[in-house]
Amino acid sequence: MQNSKLQVKNQNLTGLTLIETLRGLKEKIFSEEELNKAYLNKIAKLNPKLNAFLKIEKNSRGIPAAIKDCILTKGIKTTAGSKILSNFVPPYNATVIEKLLEQKVNVIGKTNCDEFTMGSSGENSAYGPTKNPWDLNKVPGGSSSGSAAAVAADLCTFALGTDTGGSIRQPASLCGVVGLRPSYGRVSRYGTIAMASSFDQIGPLTKSVEDAALVLEWISGGDNYDSNCRKEKFTMQPGKLRGGIKGLKVGVPKEFFSQGLEGGVEKIIRDAIKKLEEMGAEIIEVSLPSCEYAMAAYYILVPSEISSNYARYDGIRFGNTRENFGDEVKRRIMLGTFALSTGYYDDYFAKAARVRTLIRQDFQKAFGPSTGSGCDVIVGPVSPTTAWNLGEKVIDPLAMYMADIYTVPGNLAGIPGLSVPCGFSKGLPVGLQILGKQWDEETILQVGYAYEQATSRRKEKPKLSF
Amino acid sequence: MKLTKDQVKKVARLANLPLTSDEEDLPEGEAGKYSEQLSRVLEYIDQLNQVDTTGVEPTFNVSGESNIMREDTTVASLSQEEALSNAPQKKEGMFVTKGVFEE
Repeated sequence: MQNSKLQVKNQNLTGLTLIETLRGLKEKIFSEEELNKAYLNKIAKLNPKLNAFLKIEKNSRGIPAAIKDCILTKGIKTTAGSKILSNFVPPYNATVIEKLLEQKVNVIGKTNCDEFTMGSSGENSAYGPTKNPWDLNKVPGGSSSGSAAAVAADLCTFALGTDTGGSIRQPASLCGVVGLRPSYGRVSRYGTIAMASSFDQIGPLTKSVEDAALVLEWISGGDNYDSNCRKEKFTMQPGKLRGGIKGLKVGVPKEFFSQGLEGGVEKIIRDAIKKLEEMGAEIIEVSLPSCEYAMAAYYILVPSEISSNYARYDGIRFGNTRENFGDEVKRRIMLGTFALSTGYYDDYFAKAARVRTLIRQDFQKAFGPSTGSGCDVIVGPVSPTTAWNLGEKVIDPLAMYMADIYTVPGNLAGIPGLSVPCGFSKGLPVGLQILGKQWDEETILQVGYAYEQATSRRKEKPKLSF
Repeated sequence: MKLTKDQVKKVARLANLPLTSDEEDLPEGEAGKYSEQLSRVLEYIDQLNQVDTTGVEPTFNVSGESNIMREDTTVASLSQEEALSNAPQKKEGMFVTKGVFEE
């Protein structure tokens, strides 16, 4: 006991995981005030360079969490990275914020993101891009750009993000942190500024897999304000996290090793899969043939939901007028309006919704114990590349969309996905994606935890010598 | 398929999106930024036509929930003051908006 206390004391407070922080507070090794002060000092030093936070809250109590700026925080300005909401101060909290407050978690700041969460690099924010803590010339990924950078640079104990097509997993991968997108319906969306309602889901970005499991326990559970939200709270069965992966069936889809996959990323992912095999998992090749069409279906369905959701920005009840939308938001509203317009609905929206069914069936087949391959999880890369240069893809929307090619299929199917750091290619982090059956976050966390413990990846941090 | 400049203007009008004159009439060569960008996206999307979806039901929701009911009781809601707190213009406890009917 004496030894473990000393260990925590000698470590920098901001380097602690959430679990370690809770232990430190419980054992009175440090106080909430010391904890918040340490984080606020670090934010003051690093945020001017990183632009991870849009707003900083100077608290001295609670466990400091960074909240993506598309999640409503009562009395704290919430812009969603848009000029439309430049002065918007929510009169109520999102359900996830209420749930975190019950756990004595406090908002230390609101994190930068692509405008209304539309983007894959953080560069669509109206308030300037967030920089990647591993290399300030690179993007941190998006759209939960500030949340991922804040966790990577130890500016919070953990962060919340949202994932509609990869917006938690992809920046987590590019910044070398853990990112969990729960099953659609696992966490209430009430108080999250909607992008596409049948896809959006809130989830944690954390310093360890165990932290992600705990935050999901905190924020999941029924909510009368979101009819799609499942009543049952997520709970990790005792011992399951540390259960190991011996005998688990790990599916590797060949479609996730195709278009645009960088050689350096592929090698690291293949090595990670080999590691899982060494740890006792059974690796089986699976096929998800319809996933080839995932991006095409996604870029009809999501803009269509956007075109409807974004009618609310009328500049009458709240927010500024519609000429304040940025380019990407305008593109998606127009694309969706077109796809839903007379004469095109059947060819585009209805067709894409049918392709969505085929993609779901691909996953059901891969996971199906009797009719399919019986996989417990499916693994592959999160992103086809590591972090790219700021500005590189800004003028080419289609190239930007392709950054999400391996994350979007899971969103179409509504299944959970985890990004776990698994190595570096040319000094930049690579994330392993672990997809699970609908409602089975437990198994992907179990696999992620086993992998994390078997490697030293979680201990590697960006230098931050700027 | 391609989206012409005129179609872009029509869609923008349908979506109540005020395009700035810059965006509508960029000089030739850059003409119709959105027409060019959206056409490229739509050309990519056209590959959906290669998929045989005969007899496939569409998916609109993946949560599996339907017809969620609740007790017909009143619960606390935002006060009038809170609901108006972000309104750009308000008058006598109401939102100010443009008239719908002509004078």
